[in-house]
Amino acid sequence: MSYPDEKGTFDGYGGKYVSETLMPALTELEEAYNRYKDDPDFKEELNYYLKEFVGRPNPLYYAERLSEKLGIKVYLKREDLNHTGAHKINNTVGQILLARRMGKTRIIAETGAGQHGVATATVAARFGLECEIFMGAEDVKRQAPNVFRMKLLGAKVTPVHSGSQTLKDAMNEAMRDWITYVRTTFYIIGSVAGPHPYPMLVRDLQRIIGDEARQQVLEKEGRLPDLIVACVGGGSNAIGLFYPFLDDTDVRIVGVEAAGHGLDKGPHSAPLAAGTPGVLHGARSYLMQDPEGQILPAHSIAPGLDYPGVGPEHCYLKDTGRVTYTTATDEEALEAFKELSRMEGIIPALESSHALAYVLREAASIQKDSVVVINLSGRGDKDIHIAAQEIGIDL
Amino acid sequence: MSRIENLFKSLKEKNETAFIPYITAGDPDFAVTEQLLKCLVDNGADLIELGVPFSDPMADGPTIQVASQRALENPFSIDAILDQVRKVREYSDIPIILFGYYNPFYQYGLEKLAQNVKQSGADGFLIVDMPPEEAGEMKAAADAQGLDIIFLLAPTSTDRRMQLIAENASGFVYFVSVTGVTGARDSLAESLEPYVERIRTFSNLPVGIGFGVSKPEHVREISGYADAVIVGSAIIKVAEKHFGKPDLQDAVGAFVRELKDATR
Repeated sequence: MSYPDEKGTFDGYGGKYVSETLMPALTELEEAYNRYKDDPDFKEELNYYLKEFVGRPNPLYYAERLSEKLGIKVYLKREDLNHTGAHKINNTVGQILLARRMGKTRIIAETGAGQHGVATATVAARFGLECEIFMGAEDVKRQAPNVFRMKLLGAKVTPVHSGSQTLKDAMNEAMRDWITYVRTTFYIIGSVAGPHPYPMLVRDLQRIIGDEARQQVLEKEGRLPDLIVACVGGGSNAIGLFYPFLDDTDVRIVGVEAAGHGLDKGPHSAPLAAGTPGVLHGARSYLMQDPEGQILPAHSIAPGLDYPGVGPEHCYLKDTGRVTYTTATDEEALEAFKELSRMEGIIPALESSHALAYVLREAASIQKDSVVVINLSGRGDKDIHIAAQEIGIDL
Repeated sequence: MSRIENLFKSLKEKNETAFIPYITAGDPDFAVTEQLLKCLVDNGADLIELGVPFSDPMADGPTIQVASQRALENPFSIDAILDQVRKVREYSDIPIILFGYYNPFYQYGLEKLAQNVKQSGADGFLIVDMPPEEAGEMKAAADAQGLDIIFLLAPTSTDRRMQLIAENASGFVYFVSVTGVTGARDSLAESLEPYVERIRTFSNLPVGIGFGVSKPEHVREISGYADAVIVGSAIIKVAEKHFGKPDLQDAVGAFVRELKDATR
C-alpha cells in the first residue's frame, strides 16, 4: 500500500482538517501537483534550479576523524551546503514553480527559526513574487539576523503576537491569511505537516536528499548503509532522507526528536516519543497536548525543532515500527554541535546536531565498521548566538 | 422534531429571521458566561452558539482569539461547558450548539461527547475544522444521539462541495459571508443574496449567514434573504468592555435586543 491514500491519510494520520474556505484550495493544489509532478517541462525546470540555484547534488561526506574515533563509518549528507544553508530550499523551489504554474501572484509562509522563511523569501525574490512571512513575535526577537535577511530579500515579515508567539502561532496566522486571500495566494508550508496534499508534496520535493544519498553511498561503499539518522521536528529533512530507503529492510532508520531539558523536565518537542494523537493545523498526528486537547507549548534549543506536532507519515512509520524514533536533549545536541565543529571543521545546525548526538551516544552499541549516514540538514552559523549563550560566552 | 427544526418552523410562521449570538464559554470565567447566556436568552436570541475555546483557533480573528485565550487562563473542561448548558435548560428551551475545533472534542471521545452533550440538553455541533470529508466518526456519534451537525459553506465552495455538504448537514447550513476569519467588519460583502439562492438549489435546510456581521443594518439586510444571522465578535467586543462592571448585562442586552429587532 502506498500512502497517502485517496483521503490524504497515512493509515489514518494526516487528512484535511481545515475550514470549508480552504477545502477548494487544497483540491486545486492537489490537482495542480498531480498534473505537473510528472510533466517533463516542470521536472526539467525544477532540476535546473536545484542544480544551478541550490547547488545540488551536494556531497555525501566521509567524516574521517569522527569515524576513527567512533569505530564506525560516518557519512554526512551535506544539506548545509545548499544555497541558504539548509534543506529547506529543496521544497521552496519546487513549490514556487508550482505556484507560478497555478497563476498565484502572492506567496506566504510561516517560519520558526527563520530558515524556511529565508528559503521562501529567496525563491520569491528570484521569481519576483510578492512575499509575506509570518513569524512568532518571540522568534522575531530571538532570530534578528534571519528577520533582516528576509527583509533584504524583499519579503514582508509579520510578527505574530497571539498564543505562545512561536512557530505554531505563526502557522495559525499564515492559515488565517490564506483563508482571507486564498484566491491569489500560494501558501508554501515548510514541513511535512499541514493538511493533505502538503505532507506528500513536501516529501516528494525533499526525497532528493535520500535519492542522492542512496546513490552516493552505493558508489562509495558498494552497499547500502546499516543505519540512517535524521532529526525530526515537523520532519521534512528526515522524511527526505528516509523515504527512498523505506523498502530497504536491512537499513535501520532512526529519527531523533528534541527532548529539551529531558522528557520529564518540562516542555520539549517530542510528540512521537511522548505525545498522543490529535488534530492540529489540518492533520491528525501525534501532538504535545494536555488531556483536554489544548496544545502545549514546545521547547528545544534548536529553534527549527520547536513544534508541538509532527508530520503524519512519521506517525505511520512509528506505528508500523519501520522507523525507530528516539530523542536527544538540548545538552547532548550542544555537545554534538561542538564535537563536529572541532573534529571535522563543520559547524552543524542545532537541529542536525540532534541526529549527530544520537550517533555519538549510541556509537559504542553500533557494530564496528557499520556504515552510518547522518543528515546534516543545515549549517550552524545561524545558531552561534544560542550556542555561545549556552556555553556562557558573551558575543 | 428537533429544537432547531422547531425554531425555524415557528420563526417562518412569524416571518422572522433567526438571530444567533455567539459567545466563548468561560470568557473570562464561567460566572460571566452564566450571566451572559441568561442575558442572550432574555433579550431575544433564537439559538445560541456556545464557543468551546481552543489554544490554536486557526479560523478566528483577533476578537475570538483573545476571548479563547482569556477562557483558557482558567482550567478548561468540556464538562464545565455542558454544566452551563444544563443551567440554561432550567429556564429555557432555546437551541444551543457547541462551536469549536476538532481536537478538544476528539480528545474527550466522540461517542462519550455525543452522549453527554445530549444529556446536557444541547442540540448539536459546529466544528470549524471538520469538513464533511473528516466528519464520519463525529456524524455517526451525533446521529446516534439525534444531534445536529452544522456545516460551513464558503464563497469558495464549488457546486460539488455544496452538494456534499447538503448531503451531510442537518439543522441549518452556515454560509461564511467572506473569504476570511471571524471578526466584526464595517461593511458586508457585496452580493450575498446570489450565494443564498445558489445554496437553496442544493439544500432545503435553513441558511444562516455569519462572519463579519456586526451591525443592526447588516442584520436587516441579511434578514431579507437568509433564514438566520450569526453575530459573534461584535457581541464579545461589547461584552469585554464591561467585564467586571455591574452594567455588563445591560450593555450586552441592549446590543442583542437591537440586533434581534433588526430581524423582524
